[in-house]
Amino acid sequence: MASTQTAELPRAQIAGRRGRFPWHVVVFLAPATLIYTVFMVYPLLDSLRLSLFTRDEAGVESFAGLANYAALFFDPQWSDRFWNALGNNVLFFAVHMLVQNPIAIGLAALLALPNLRFTNTYRTLMFTPTLLSVVIIGFIWKLILSPTWGVAKSMLGTVGLGSLFAPWLGQEHSALITLALVSVWQWVGMPLLLTYAALLNIPDSLTEAARVDGAGQMTIFWRIKLPLIWPTIGMVTILTFVGNFNAFDLIYVAQGALAGPNFATDILGTFFYRTFFGFQLQLGDPTMGAAVATIMFLIILAGVMTYFYLVQRRLQRYEL
Amino acid sequence: MAANRSPRASTAIVHAVLLVYTVIALFPIVLVLFNAFKSRKAIFSQPLAPPGPDTFSLIGFDTVLTRSDFGLYFGNSLTVTLATLFLVVFLGAMAAWALSEYSFKGNAVLALYLAVGIMIPIRLGTVSILRLIVSLDLINTLAALILVYTAMGLPLSIFILSEFMRQIPKELKDSARCDGVGEYRIFYRIILPLVRPALATVAVFTMVPIWNDLWFPLILAPGDGTRTITLGVQQFVGQYVTDWNAVLASLTLAIIPVLVLYAFFSRQLIAGLTQGAVKG
Amino acid sequence: MSHSFLRGAFLAGAALVAVSSQAMAADATLTIESWRNDDLKVWQDTIIPAFEKTHPGIKVVFSPTAPTEYNAALNAKLEGGTAGDLISCRPFDTSLALFQKGYLAPVTDLKGMDTFSDVAKSAWITDDGKSLFCVPMASVIHGFLYNKSVFESEGLTPPKTEAEFYALLDKIKAKGEVAPLDIGTKDQWEAATMGFQNIGPNLWKGEEGRKALIAGKEKFTDKPYVEAFEELAKWKPYLPEGYEAQAYPDSQNLFTLGRAAIYPAGSWDIAAFNAQADFKMGAFPPPVEKAGDKCYISDHTDIALGMNTKTKNPEAAKAFLEWLATPEFADIYSNALPGFYSLSNHPVTVKDPVAAEFLGWRKTCESTIRNSYQILGRGTPNLENELWNVSAQVMNGTLTAQQAAEQIQKGLDSWYKPAAK
Repeated sequence: MASTQTAELPRAQIAGRRGRFPWHVVVFLAPATLIYTVFMVYPLLDSLRLSLFTRDEAGVESFAGLANYAALFFDPQWSDRFWNALGNNVLFFAVHMLVQNPIAIGLAALLALPNLRFTNTYRTLMFTPTLLSVVIIGFIWKLILSPTWGVAKSMLGTVGLGSLFAPWLGQEHSALITLALVSVWQWVGMPLLLTYAALLNIPDSLTEAARVDGAGQMTIFWRIKLPLIWPTIGMVTILTFVGNFNAFDLIYVAQGALAGPNFATDILGTFFYRTFFGFQLQLGDPTMGAAVATIMFLIILAGVMTYFYLVQRRLQRYEL
Repeated sequence: MAANRSPRASTAIVHAVLLVYTVIALFPIVLVLFNAFKSRKAIFSQPLAPPGPDTFSLIGFDTVLTRSDFGLYFGNSLTVTLATLFLVVFLGAMAAWALSEYSFKGNAVLALYLAVGIMIPIRLGTVSILRLIVSLDLINTLAALILVYTAMGLPLSIFILSEFMRQIPKELKDSARCDGVGEYRIFYRIILPLVRPALATVAVFTMVPIWNDLWFPLILAPGDGTRTITLGVQQFVGQYVTDWNAVLASLTLAIIPVLVLYAFFSRQLIAGLTQGAVKG
Repeated sequence: MSHSFLRGAFLAGAALVAVSSQAMAADATLTIESWRNDDLKVWQDTIIPAFEKTHPGIKVVFSPTAPTEYNAALNAKLEGGTAGDLISCRPFDTSLALFQKGYLAPVTDLKGMDTFSDVAKSAWITDDGKSLFCVPMASVIHGFLYNKSVFESEGLTPPKTEAEFYALLDKIKAKGEVAPLDIGTKDQWEAATMGFQNIGPNLWKGEEGRKALIAGKEKFTDKPYVEAFEELAKWKPYLPEGYEAQAYPDSQNLFTLGRAAIYPAGSWDIAAFNAQADFKMGAFPPPVEKAGDKCYISDHTDIALGMNTKTKNPEAAKAFLEWLATPEFADIYSNALPGFYSLSNHPVTVKDPVAAEFLGWRKTCESTIRNSYQILGRGTPNLENELWNVSAQVMNGTLTAQQAAEQIQKGLDSWYKPAAK
């Protein structure tokens, strides 16, 4: 976090002319703070509050303490789905960390090689999927992987791998990983750009010195560049974490709110949506939904605080 | 080891890898664009072929344009995105200015309060946001979306802009004050224009997620008159799900404007993102 | 000076709010919520113009959502107060719940409600029989559609018994040109609706079985129900390649493109298939166990139209609902959308041959409704959703028939205590 540097102004100037109450400060701050508080902070806090209530059939809400949480964690009717969704979300995140970020860093490293042509073109083209809505991406891939259309199968067939094709989106063991890979395909652009920018910021003097000493490009990358871009990788990690534990759109578009087959693709976002809005003949439950949202909030908060703690303690920004 | 290989070969390998990945990144999009212009039988029998003279067909577009209101959806997305951008930049600049320029009790606390919103996803408050919007009688209005997205975009905007404003030389502000210029004038006449370079960064981080968002339009403004383009595509595909021509045509109509704008503004867009990244 | 700027911004904001929440123009416009996305063109081209011709000053917009999302989207809209004026009602418990929450207005006293039989009304009336909350529109019948060209080229005839059915499937599979049985499990609901509830009634003897379940005299773990799941499991080898990722529109496309022989159907599919298939279709009812057994068909009171209590156009909405009880509507609906059978007492001639064939089964077989909709659908976990889940899994082969039956019964037992009668 950036440290807050306050300007050194004598009190008289802050107060405007002749020491009156600094109304202008209030005017500058009020609109933003107001909108932010009313439409972001208040709803989050109110959701927390709502999660401590239950609603009966007639719609009357009454205080219930931690009953919703107890149900989510321990009552089989809810907890089966909840733990399933949580586990799936962790797997979803793991696939991103293991596939998306190494690919992005690798591509960025290649793009950042000295004397490479067309880097701008590559970079622009590779970023295209990230620009499109998840909804569009979800539909496109659902069409491509559909066994009825047969595109995926014939494409695999052209490289001789046609027999590998399976209805991945319909099988419990492959559906989530398939969707995670689709998500990776879409979002690689972001860490790619960020890492690339960070790599470009490394002064040539450092890499030149190493090259003169006889180090190859690989060594330069592992020994010099990578350690210098750890802060960026850290930021990419936390952004991926927040994004993944908040994800919903892709699963909703590809599998529907039921996140089949047999809840294999159910993550916290879809679980939240279904709990809150209900599904098909099952009516929604806002208080339970609020409880799910609160748990998601706590998980994300835990991740974010861990990140900042590590950033403060361990990483140093090199003066570049 | 790389030093042992001839430079030509290793460059070729690098380009090969980059090229392969570029193809992977682009082919699904190209596939959709091709098939949107083909007849139904051709879509199923030769999915990988580009549209030829006997397979070319615009029937999907005909269905989309006559049976649904894509023009309206675009207009809605545009309205929401631009209005939010205006508010986020203007109100955010005001708040950023106050935080970076004036020292007052609680400045640090307020800055932290506003910055927390960068990391916390606003969706988690949906249950209460929906109730709030309903009680304000703003349900199914673009205004609801604008307000929620503004709240979502303000923290990052304030953060980026206040960093930027700290760089403004003290002499500029002090000399204006010595001349007796009021605080509001200083902000409007001097500070705002200087902040323009940061606008690209703020614009990118604000506009792209809003344009592509499905969640809030789905929950707060799903009505016919207020649908955004992303929701419109999702609903349309849901309505015409058996009609592949129409589905592919609607996806194309949603993709092409974004691609066209991207082609024109890719430099600024990427510059904005990387600037923001380096600062953050 | 920046004050005027702020003021300008505020006015612009206020104007935006005003514009976006502006009321409709002179004509009253009714919006209909529905899950019948496939019927969109027919409503826009045939049904709505017929109504608007005789009711000037009222405009109608048919606004369907995909079938799997309809209920969730509708519930959200009702909670938020943004639902349309007229709401398509699912039968029995779901709509009863909406009525009890005050979202649907009672329609008992509208003109023409006596043209509906008690059976028709039973799906949309309160337990005490006093308040009707949706105007019945149509019922649907389940069976099997087949591609006549494929059958003719192989010299096949529609089967009557299960043995004939599987022999038929084997022959088609051996030939290897088209998929024998066209149904997928990705969307899950077809497995329950066109699978379990289609072939099941023959096994649990229709209304007898359904009423016994409600009374608590039978359980899903009893023989007829387990057998129904076993039937579904037997379908696995005849399903199209990759059926686990095959969604409902994929199944429809596969059949109309002529790439499958037999399609487990609800009669609502007839209309869409007529438009897209370039071959003749035939139909047969679900095969019976042994020759000479009594046959049962799922003849389900499927769709009705109700009025949103918060509608801004109550008079126009009531006019539309009263039009639903007229012979004109019954005739238009049953013929523009063959496969939907009007629930009113007006005699209607169904012109479409396949739809007429389905209708003809009412004479030779006993009718029953789906067993998860009345009374048994009121608790958590929801029986219908659970049936979707286990039927799809049984067809996928990830759950045995016995396990499926046990899971269903366990869920039902957790909340359902049949009243001792």
